[in-house]
Amino acid sequence: MTALPDRPPARRLGLVIDLDTCVGCQACVIACKAWNSGGAAGPLADAEPYGRRPSGTWLNRVHGFEVGEGEDGRTVYFPRSCLHCENAACVTVCPTGASYKRAEDGIVLVDASRCIGCSLCAWACPYGARELDPASGVMKKCTLCVDRIHDERLPPEEREPACVAVCPARARHFGDLADPEGPLARLVAERGGVELLPELGYRPTNRYLPPRPGRPLAAQAPLVEAPSTAGFLGWVDRLLGG
Amino acid sequence: MAETTRVGGEQPQKVCTTCYMCACRCGIRVHLEDGRPRFIDGNRAHPVNRGVVCAKGAAGILHHESPARLRAPLKRVGERGRDALVEISWSEALDTAARWLSAVRASDPKKLAFFTGRDQSQALTGFWAAQFGTPNFAAHGGFCSVNVAAAGLYTIGGSFWEFGEPDLERARLFLLIGVAEDHDSNPLKLALAAMKARGGQIVAINPVRTGYAAIADVWLPIRPGTDGALILALVHELLRAGRVDAPYLADFTNAGWLVIEDPGGAEDGLFARDPAGRPLCRDRRTGELRPAEEPDAAPALRGAVRLADGRRARPVFELLAERYLEPRFGPEVAAEVTGVPAATIRSLAAALARAAFDDPPFLAEPWTDWRGRRHPGVEARAVAVHAMRGVSAHSNGFQTCRAIHLLQILLGAIDRPGSFRFEAPYPRPIPPGPLPCGKPEQVVPGRPMPGLPLGFPRGPEDLLLEPDGRPCRIDEAFSWDAPLAVHGLLQRVIGNARRGDPYPIEVLFLYMANMAWNSAMATDETIRMLTDRDPSSGAYRIPKIIYADAFYSETVAYADLVLPDTTYFERWDALSLLDRPIGRADSVCDAIRRPVVRPEREVRPFQDVLLELGHRLGLPAFTAEDGTARYPGGYADYLVRHERAPGIGPLAGWRGSKGELVGRGPPNPRQLEAYIENGCFFEHRLPAGTRFVRHGNRDYLELAAELGLLAKPEPIFLQLYSEPLQRFRLAARGHGSVQPPERLCARIERYFDPLPFWYAPLEDEAGAAHEFPLAAVSQRPAAMYHSWGSHNAWLRQILGDNRLCIHRATAAALGIEDGDPIRVTSRHGTIRATARLVDGVEPGTVWTWNAIGKRGGAWALPAETGEATAGFLLNVLIDERLPPGPDGIAPANADPITGQAAWYDLRVRIEKAGPGEPPQTEPIWAPLPRLPGLPDPPGVLDRGAPFAGRRP
Repeated sequence: MTALPDRPPARRLGLVIDLDTCVGCQACVIACKAWNSGGAAGPLADAEPYGRRPSGTWLNRVHGFEVGEGEDGRTVYFPRSCLHCENAACVTVCPTGASYKRAEDGIVLVDASRCIGCSLCAWACPYGARELDPASGVMKKCTLCVDRIHDERLPPEEREPACVAVCPARARHFGDLADPEGPLARLVAERGGVELLPELGYRPTNRYLPPRPGRPLAAQAPLVEAPSTAGFLGWVDRLLGG
Repeated sequence: MAETTRVGGEQPQKVCTTCYMCACRCGIRVHLEDGRPRFIDGNRAHPVNRGVVCAKGAAGILHHESPARLRAPLKRVGERGRDALVEISWSEALDTAARWLSAVRASDPKKLAFFTGRDQSQALTGFWAAQFGTPNFAAHGGFCSVNVAAAGLYTIGGSFWEFGEPDLERARLFLLIGVAEDHDSNPLKLALAAMKARGGQIVAINPVRTGYAAIADVWLPIRPGTDGALILALVHELLRAGRVDAPYLADFTNAGWLVIEDPGGAEDGLFARDPAGRPLCRDRRTGELRPAEEPDAAPALRGAVRLADGRRARPVFELLAERYLEPRFGPEVAAEVTGVPAATIRSLAAALARAAFDDPPFLAEPWTDWRGRRHPGVEARAVAVHAMRGVSAHSNGFQTCRAIHLLQILLGAIDRPGSFRFEAPYPRPIPPGPLPCGKPEQVVPGRPMPGLPLGFPRGPEDLLLEPDGRPCRIDEAFSWDAPLAVHGLLQRVIGNARRGDPYPIEVLFLYMANMAWNSAMATDETIRMLTDRDPSSGAYRIPKIIYADAFYSETVAYADLVLPDTTYFERWDALSLLDRPIGRADSVCDAIRRPVVRPEREVRPFQDVLLELGHRLGLPAFTAEDGTARYPGGYADYLVRHERAPGIGPLAGWRGSKGELVGRGPPNPRQLEAYIENGCFFEHRLPAGTRFVRHGNRDYLELAAELGLLAKPEPIFLQLYSEPLQRFRLAARGHGSVQPPERLCARIERYFDPLPFWYAPLEDEAGAAHEFPLAAVSQRPAAMYHSWGSHNAWLRQILGDNRLCIHRATAAALGIEDGDPIRVTSRHGTIRATARLVDGVEPGTVWTWNAIGKRGGAWALPAETGEATAGFLLNVLIDERLPPGPDGIAPANADPITGQAAWYDLRVRIEKAGPGEPPQTEPIWAPLPRLPGLPDPPGVLDRGAPFAGRRP
């Protein structure tokens, strides 16, 4: 069994994901795969890539759901990846210390050299955020692109996870959720950001912004007939200034 | 664990170029490690995508590394589609192609049909066809969106998608009509997110609620093909209330131009003109008739006049108001047609009026209009509209898109802040300048044609017709069957060539067009046509097929000679102002692709091959005076040195000997280096005062002429009423020297209405709605682009098969449950598919994803792959022809104005498959033979392994 940091990390790096603008385009999914298959989390192998049923390891997936029916129905796209929980059961169940949570920034990682591929962590995660890479036998998960966000060779504006950098709907935001004055905390406050399954007590870092209430075509006053005192289309001359 | 964040060592090389995974042309950076692509991200400075990329773009690495990449030229041995192709040398391939082509050119150049699919180099390929001397050239627009393009170019001088954009930074209300998650991809996603953050209102008009429609404030599930009825009901409401932008109409459109009313006369319905040909208006201050384009004219928008010759004339606005105020355009009638409640239509009309006219924001950016009047700024018309293939791919798409532009113009919402805005080089004159070339006297053996094959007819005399009235072109473009087929008709080439109608061809030359699969209607028939033989001679009816593609696509198997293209990482390209540029509303832009890696296969960029063939054939533009190649450095050389007109070349940036000139200027030998230094794009920001109302903005028009974007700095009046359409109508009434055949007169009279109208899709009118109660449409998933994208090992994990989505209530009534195998039957045939029950679809519509289905063996995929056994194409159900009319002739399943393929008109019925039926989709074609030389696909893809070890 593996211990969590003694104290809550000073920084809680994570994502705020906006379900209001996510169009389910999968850009974050592929960018994550492309970056991490060659980054710190890699490799992320794909079995039968050009075969009958290809199947690979992914750190981020987007699911589409229909919620409600008829007038109240809507289609929601839900990106799913590690939430970097404070009470990370995936860490505490790990028999080898491979799964760990970093004290400095709260990122939950897997040390590949210690992972025995037992999958206890994946069972412990209620969010389904971990996938075992069958080629290497090692558990894989979102690293928040730890090899980008702290890479000082990158220009500061590029030190963000690949999924955030590419998101065309600007639905993904990265930062320190422990900073109450920071842009992420403000965003969460403004938009009523939620944590997933709070009742389970894992205290995830990531937040999801719910869809904004749509602005319906309000039952507004319908258009009023233009006065026709000056004959057919008389109003046109008035609009033209006489 | 410190190792995890340790940094140090060399950064990968990041090479800027332009994406080619779809048609958006985003700026990307390819990260190279040891010369191998490792990652793709967006170029943050790029005007199109501002640093983001989509799933397709990010997956480009696997596109480039696909095991289906062709490796060398191929020639067929044995039967098309059945026997293997064998690898040959480039020398043999080019000799063969040159031999076939030179024989055609010397005898009858139109017997070459050259069609280029999703080509982004049409400024070269079209020019090459003209140099060869054949009129038979086009890309894929006739299959895709020519209705939207043509309607825009004949109405506003620009169009949705490539020649304009919605200004969502300022819009209050955005109508998104018939748009799936493509066209645009990244620019539209960026804009939608920005608009939502500002609190704007998005209304999606679409039978399907996915993607962009899923995040809209309002989703209006409309019946396919009825958008025109909805739009004209909105027009009715706005006119009824007098909520239109009258000053804008008088100043910048033809609303005040006088239309001759002379029933039976040869000029009935044309504009009244002065002896110099200038359209007349009645001056509302003096009452006199005068040319509307005189700077001090004040056109009246109502009131009949008598012309000097006694004929009556009325302004366009009065004619259109009279029409659309008729009760048949009211919301109740539209509700019956569209399924959108009348109350909703009224609310939408009110919302449009409010967004456009109530307290409009004022942008204090002084400008001068075409009359020379100075304005302190521009008032916003914060209603933006975007429409695409859901409007385009119906047989009423041209008039529907014209109706949408009519609505925009009435609101004054063209090129104002918050509205649709033009992208340079648009607006252009309406219609744009060049006429189509290819009349009988213009096609001469051994000679170039005097102009380009595609253009914009102004009337019947510009059609390409033989003296007996038959089409000059193999695809019937610019004939009475499809007079405004301004993008050509790719989808008709194979059928017509096989029938020898209007004439047989000798060589079919295709590039990037998967015609033996999903770029054809009735895929099964198309495959038969490619292999059909003349029983008397035993020869193929389409004698020679040359195909250029980068991958082993379905069509490769049917070619006689295959010219292997590179991937987009291995080539030069220009995204040119002469072609399909990347202009944005506030800047004139173009871009290049540059080679990022060198091909390790025997493949060549198609454009290099075309230039080489051009030289071998002795085409003047590609052959120097001394007989040597004019562009020995290939396409890159051509991009720099070719001049279409003096000083105007493929690239607008860094012209002149020092790179100091924009738009016009002598070639700059270091031009490509300048592009590379700037991230492979060029952006010239329009100065303040030239950014809005550009069709009537004097400073912009002068600037555009200076830059070579326009021939003359003259105002462009938006055409509510389309005189070219009326000219065709007059011909159908027996006027003029070029008249339609008897059988088409009623059709021309009906559809060439100079004011937009809605009619039921022709398939419905032919009676299909009763027997086939459901509309069936397909749309492209955001993560895939055509067949080129969808065999990608990452993308196919996201979507590796497709189902037919059916509304729950509709399915319940038919006893169909989720996952049931079902039969889908159209007028043309039956397929088997799997049902998926959904809520987010108009109940009378079923839909599926496009181009997921594949043929086993192609794309290096095995016969039993999910795409072949659980994927399907709706194309198989779509007939190329409508049922025969009373005259026994079956008209094309197409828009009667542009010839656009009407694949969204499809109607079907569905039923649960029988208990004994297998779960696979049907049909499943015999797998294609394995291509020699292709590598075995890897059992495990572990592409990151070489990089992963050395990263921290």
